[in-house]
Amino acid sequence: MAFTKALTVSESAPREQWDDPVASGARVLTSGVDTTHRGILYIEGVSVSFDGFKALNNLSLLVDAGELRCVIGPNGAGKTTMMDVITGKTRPDAGSAFFGQTIDLTRLSEPEIADAGIGRKFQKPTVFERHSVFENLELAMKTDKRVMPTLRARLDGMARDRIMRTLETIKLAGEATRPAGMLSHGQKQWLEIGMLLMQEPQLLLLDEPVAGMSDEEALRSAELFVSLAGKYTLIVVEHDMDFVARIAQKVTVLHEGSVLAEGSMDEIQGNEQVIEVFLGR
Amino acid sequence: MTGTAFAPSHAAGELRILQLLSSGGWSLYGLAALILFVLFPLLHLVVPVDSPFHLSDYWITLFGKIMCYAIVALAMDLIWGYTGILSLGHGLFFALGGYSMGMYLMRSIGRDGVYQSDLPDFMVFLDWKKYPWYWSFTDHFWYAAALVILVPGLLAFVFGFFAFRSRIKGVYFSIITQALTYAAMLLFFRNDTGFGGNNGFTDFKRVLGFPITAPTTRMALFTVTAATLLGFLLLARWIVTSKLGRVLTAIRDAESRVMFSGYNPLYFKLFIWTLSAVICGIAGALYVPQVGIINPSEMSPANSIEIAIWTAVGGRGTLVGPVFGAVVVNLGKSWFTKALPEYWLFALGLLFILVTLFLPRGLAGLWLSRKRSP
Repeated sequence: MAFTKALTVSESAPREQWDDPVASGARVLTSGVDTTHRGILYIEGVSVSFDGFKALNNLSLLVDAGELRCVIGPNGAGKTTMMDVITGKTRPDAGSAFFGQTIDLTRLSEPEIADAGIGRKFQKPTVFERHSVFENLELAMKTDKRVMPTLRARLDGMARDRIMRTLETIKLAGEATRPAGMLSHGQKQWLEIGMLLMQEPQLLLLDEPVAGMSDEEALRSAELFVSLAGKYTLIVVEHDMDFVARIAQKVTVLHEGSVLAEGSMDEIQGNEQVIEVFLGR
Repeated sequence: MTGTAFAPSHAAGELRILQLLSSGGWSLYGLAALILFVLFPLLHLVVPVDSPFHLSDYWITLFGKIMCYAIVALAMDLIWGYTGILSLGHGLFFALGGYSMGMYLMRSIGRDGVYQSDLPDFMVFLDWKKYPWYWSFTDHFWYAAALVILVPGLLAFVFGFFAFRSRIKGVYFSIITQALTYAAMLLFFRNDTGFGGNNGFTDFKRVLGFPITAPTTRMALFTVTAATLLGFLLLARWIVTSKLGRVLTAIRDAESRVMFSGYNPLYFKLFIWTLSAVICGIAGALYVPQVGIINPSEMSPANSIEIAIWTAVGGRGTLVGPVFGAVVVNLGKSWFTKALPEYWLFALGLLFILVTLFLPRGLAGLWLSRKRSP
């Protein structure tokens, strides 16, 4: 595979170094994904068309490791198609998509991309409703997931600590033994994010993570995402502008399949073109 | 179902690991072992025949047979109750195990058959001069015992691999398994197949050299069956309380999420499906020497549907439930078929409807809800 070399190089790096990109400065070493040039996601000139309709039109996007990037745009701007290209669900007609320096996303299958370290959360939360919150995280945890190792798997202290830490992160420590089906909609969203975190991804794609949440829940989600940034790279696609304003470090506006504007929330809100696109419709 | 019953519980801020059985569970398990291994042999072999407490051959055979069915219901619960895959072809695996053992029992008859030939009577009747190749070595018990495991296991593995790889699910899977057992039944009905046609195998004389109808032989078969049932009960419990068990219930509830979590459902389904088939085959092998006959009607679709009914009546996803379901339904059946034979199928159908409507979690659900709200 194309990234074998990068894998062997970065494996020798101590874990803490790639766990905390802020502490390690510009050189962020990650397992598998080579982010030595700061960028973790490179999308260049990607076009996708469905029956003549250009869902993505020469889209280029660069996301740095550890960033919390918000992607906004009106309906049909290509936000979901962009996610599909990144996760291997859709192949681009033209252009390239790289995860770090070496991993060509247009050549890998969906499970391979997930294994390389890209986790995606879909709009509708799906968790194992009859399993407890704890068990949901246990099942998602990165480990040998073949049949026999799974049959013999025993939860050791370290794994238990990891689950407990994730429970704290997603603010569900008090709900560990409840069946996931009993959680509120917002809590299910957090649990699903927790399940993604247990798979130790480098890049998290979150599709409308606060849709259907109460204000209180959205507020706590904002805290959660801000706390995850730096440790992980997050790309949040969201309609709710208040929410975006609350968490955004850098915002990308998509329109008709390509990037219309990029910058801080203030810059975006002052951009004439953006105002036209959002208010003109 | 009881996916949540296995949740680790918060005790003084610490998560407790699941036990194989609770202390109460172990007591009941021990009690069952005591009844099966001590009480039954005492009542059958020691208590004199004229005593009202004596258990006759009839009851020993009946209970031995019912325990075989209980093993099948247990196997069904693993694949249906826990993994959500309804098989309507489990009677086939049961019958294949039975036929494998039956071949050995037929060879053990020796020259004691009606025609006093080396060949089984049905082959003499067909004017065959020697055993077909697939009867080779079946005069050795251990070879036949290996067939009991290998034949249902291999068939389930190959069939399951292609069915699960093609992502055949739900009612489609059920229908295909139903067709599979029906096709096998038609095949075994043919005399040319070499398994005795519609008469199957019967008139066994001995097993491992012991006369097959002697009370001690009966009791030994009964004891082996009971040990197998109790053993598989523990094995199944161990599996469903393992992480693999949680993956199986997760496949049942949200298969796509299981895939996103990095598991390949194909191999998990294949594992439990093949294991379930092998357990059925072993049950069939224990059934044949006790009942004294195996014929293609064991592969009839109705038999496989009955297995699903035992499981549903007992309560899916509880292991003990389906075991009791098999016992209760079959005791009812043996009473009904003597007292009101023409009404048995109606009673069975009615029972299934009533359980579906009023006891969606079966008899076990009744017990569990009683325990929760005292």
